[in-house]
Amino acid sequence: MKFNTGLTAGLLILGLVCTRHALAEQTILNVSYDPTRELYEEYNREFIRHWQEKTGEKITVRQSHGGSGKQARAVIDGIPADVVTLALAHDIDAISKQSGLIPADWQQHLPNNSSPYLSTIVLLVRKDNPKGIRDWDDLIKPGVAVITPNPKTSGGARWNYLAAWGFALKKYEGDEAKAQAFLTRLYRNVPILDSGARGSTINFIQRGIGDVLISWENEAFLALREYGQEKFEIIIPSISILAEPPVTIVDKNADKHGVRNIARAYLEHLYSKAGQEIAVRNFYRPSDPEIARKYAHQFPTVNLFTVNEVAGNWQLAQHIHFSDGGLFDKIYEYQ
Amino acid sequence: MTAIPLSQTSPAPHKVVTQESPQVRRILILLALSFLSLFLLLPLVAVFFEALRKGWEVYFVAITEPDALAAIRLTLIAAAIAIPLNLLFGIAAAWTIAKFEFRGKSILTSLIDLPFSVSPVVAGLIYVLIFGLQGWAGPWLREHDLSVIFAVPGIVLATIFVTVPFIARELIPLMQAQGSEEEEAAIILGASGWQTLWYVTLPNIKWGLLYGTILCNARAMGEFGAVSVVSGHIRGLTNTLSLHVEILYNEYNFVAAFAVASLLALLALVTLALKTLVEAKVAQQASRGNHS
Amino acid sequence: MSNHKYHSGKHHSGKRHSVLPGFNLALGFTLLYLSLIVLIPLSAAFIHTAQLTWPEFWNTVTAPRVVASYRLTFGASLAAATVNAWFGLLVAWVLVRYPFPGKRLVDALIDLPFALPTSVAGITLTAIYAGNGWLGQYLEPLGIRVAFTPAGVFVALTFIGLPFVVRTVQPVLEDIEKELEEAAAMLGATRWQTFRYIIFPAVLPALTTGFALAFARAIGEYGSVIFIAGNIPMVSEITPLLIITKLEQYDYAGATAIAVVMLVISFILLLIINLLQWQVRRRSTKA
Repeated sequence: MKFNTGLTAGLLILGLVCTRHALAEQTILNVSYDPTRELYEEYNREFIRHWQEKTGEKITVRQSHGGSGKQARAVIDGIPADVVTLALAHDIDAISKQSGLIPADWQQHLPNNSSPYLSTIVLLVRKDNPKGIRDWDDLIKPGVAVITPNPKTSGGARWNYLAAWGFALKKYEGDEAKAQAFLTRLYRNVPILDSGARGSTINFIQRGIGDVLISWENEAFLALREYGQEKFEIIIPSISILAEPPVTIVDKNADKHGVRNIARAYLEHLYSKAGQEIAVRNFYRPSDPEIARKYAHQFPTVNLFTVNEVAGNWQLAQHIHFSDGGLFDKIYEYQ
Repeated sequence: MTAIPLSQTSPAPHKVVTQESPQVRRILILLALSFLSLFLLLPLVAVFFEALRKGWEVYFVAITEPDALAAIRLTLIAAAIAIPLNLLFGIAAAWTIAKFEFRGKSILTSLIDLPFSVSPVVAGLIYVLIFGLQGWAGPWLREHDLSVIFAVPGIVLATIFVTVPFIARELIPLMQAQGSEEEEAAIILGASGWQTLWYVTLPNIKWGLLYGTILCNARAMGEFGAVSVVSGHIRGLTNTLSLHVEILYNEYNFVAAFAVASLLALLALVTLALKTLVEAKVAQQASRGNHS
Repeated sequence: MSNHKYHSGKHHSGKRHSVLPGFNLALGFTLLYLSLIVLIPLSAAFIHTAQLTWPEFWNTVTAPRVVASYRLTFGASLAAATVNAWFGLLVAWVLVRYPFPGKRLVDALIDLPFALPTSVAGITLTAIYAGNGWLGQYLEPLGIRVAFTPAGVFVALTFIGLPFVVRTVQPVLEDIEKELEEAAAMLGATRWQTFRYIIFPAVLPALTTGFALAFARAIGEYGSVIFIAGNIPMVSEITPLLIITKLEQYDYAGATAIAVVMLVISFILLLIINLLQWQVRRRSTKA
């Protein structure tokens, strides 16, 4: 019995010490959101190769995936992330504000608002589009089941919501009350609110729930690749939102682990030709204009608006739409 | 006992009086078995069916790839630390509660049971509140290069928390039922406390101990909610088996997800087989005891 | 956790002036361990909640969405525990009284929900009950939707609570003396009357305990439910999910406020269970 106590106490202490050490040896941790799993699996291999070629050092890149909000919270609570690659700027702002691990002006440190790849929100329907869905209008029709995740927990869902909001604002010429009624009717058609974008995609594809999935463009293309063109179709709405998933160094963590140069190179390499090509292969729109021209045929032209155009900025969008008691909560509270 | 109404006195039946008629028995058995098949057997079959959908080869690849192995290792480590600690606790708690009378005993019993009815989400959350960077110990830990949550110790702690009551709960009623006469005799004959524990009490409760350990182990390896909150989901580092299942599922890798899940289901089955074996041993011992 | 043999016999043996040593050491270790692992961490939730003023706390835990989630969580838990109580009694009865092929296997399977990880249970149940699932494809045309509705929550909670009633009732049924039943039959009671007036009262305390345990376990359940519930606010959102939702909006105080409500309810439930057991034990020692 005494032997057991000693052993377990020893193991516990060993565990405490070892985990820190294992991470300290030229390893960087990328804390990312849900739909980027495939992207970073490919990119990490590329970057490890690139770094070894450049410096001769062998490094490890560790990954963690989850809902964008959940991942931001993990960083705030101390997950030793060296870089974060999340779904929206607000989540990185939250890390900066709540923990001080990232400077407030983080978005100025990398090109293009710190977003190496872009995306938009599209509609995924079943083959031959049995419900005849062409645009956002069709989502509020009675009998159309719409699948989208919960904007309170999912970053992608917030883009979905704001894309529909932008459409409604344009349709009703800026009348916010009517736009709100539009969203209320849309969410009445939602039978499941998953906590993350990937959960919604799986329910739509694997479980056969719903007539239309509001989805990241890259997620929709990926679904086509995984499940075949013969089962689903992508519908490009008349207008949609320009999604800019941001990346940044978690400065204080990277400095502490002594990997700032690797972390910085890791993010900068995303903007390189190789990085951009990988983004394209994983259905993200490249931010590099030259690469964008090269692959223009792969990405349908969509009229895009930005968050700032329809909601002021992320802070305001968060406060007005998604905070407790905000417009999104009102949709469900007065039924 | 409630009195039996004597009003309806009919002639005494001449069949076996403590048995139901065959039809009733058959209906009851059928009803019970269909309920169990619907809620227990079907999910179990579904796990293995989905896991083997693409054949054995895919199955073995799924359970032997590095991330799966890392998850298996972490799960084993967490269980290997949690179980001995809970074993010690279980013996101490059962000794206290079963062998002595003191005030506040029922509160202590309720407190021991508490982790079992606390939502696993809350169990994870409280460790984040303490060891998180924004929590009480977080800044100090960071300064000293230690991590608890989003690392192995956090997962171990969460596992210990959810399995605290298992062994204690198994031992308390057992030791209460056995009474203290044997221990008292040993002490009076001059044995020390430790000797009494080692040579008298432990042999008496060994099967209960094993039984509790088996269940504790099953729960430790299968815990999801609490571990999910403190894990951080770092691939190959802080993913336990049950978290790895969720990750594979989220990567459209359903066959692999169910393959790993089937490992856990297999573990559950082995656990149950062991448990049945232990029960048989106990019954054997009991009947031998009765006959002597 | 399986055999809750709380109907113990001679517990009057241990006394305060026991000759047995080690009371201080054992109690000390028990308290220390409980404090380190359970009590101090749990107190963190209470202390964190104290950041809120009383009205803030009240508004958080009584917001319409939160109240709706209590209704679902407690309602579905109650329904699942009730179904488990009746079917658990039936299963225990069949396992104790009737021989049939494969009985040992069935008996062993009862503990499966204890051992199977909740996430696996959730994913599997969803695969079975979704519209294109094994059972779902037959239920859906009949207009019965299980997955992604409150019914799905009920199914998941029934699964995880199933062993409790069986395992509490089983030992009591085994202990019931045949003589009583024979006497009842001699006195002219029908089989049903014997069950109703002899057997049922004897197993009732164990049945209640099993019911309460299944209920308490169901209230806190998270892993298996989130996969199969639709998670729609006001309709199919359980309370533990709301805690997670609040956390992910960096509302730690709000999350702990709801957690504290759940903790208090859990503890009250446990006290009631222990009180019940205490009463049963007193009655059995008197008899």
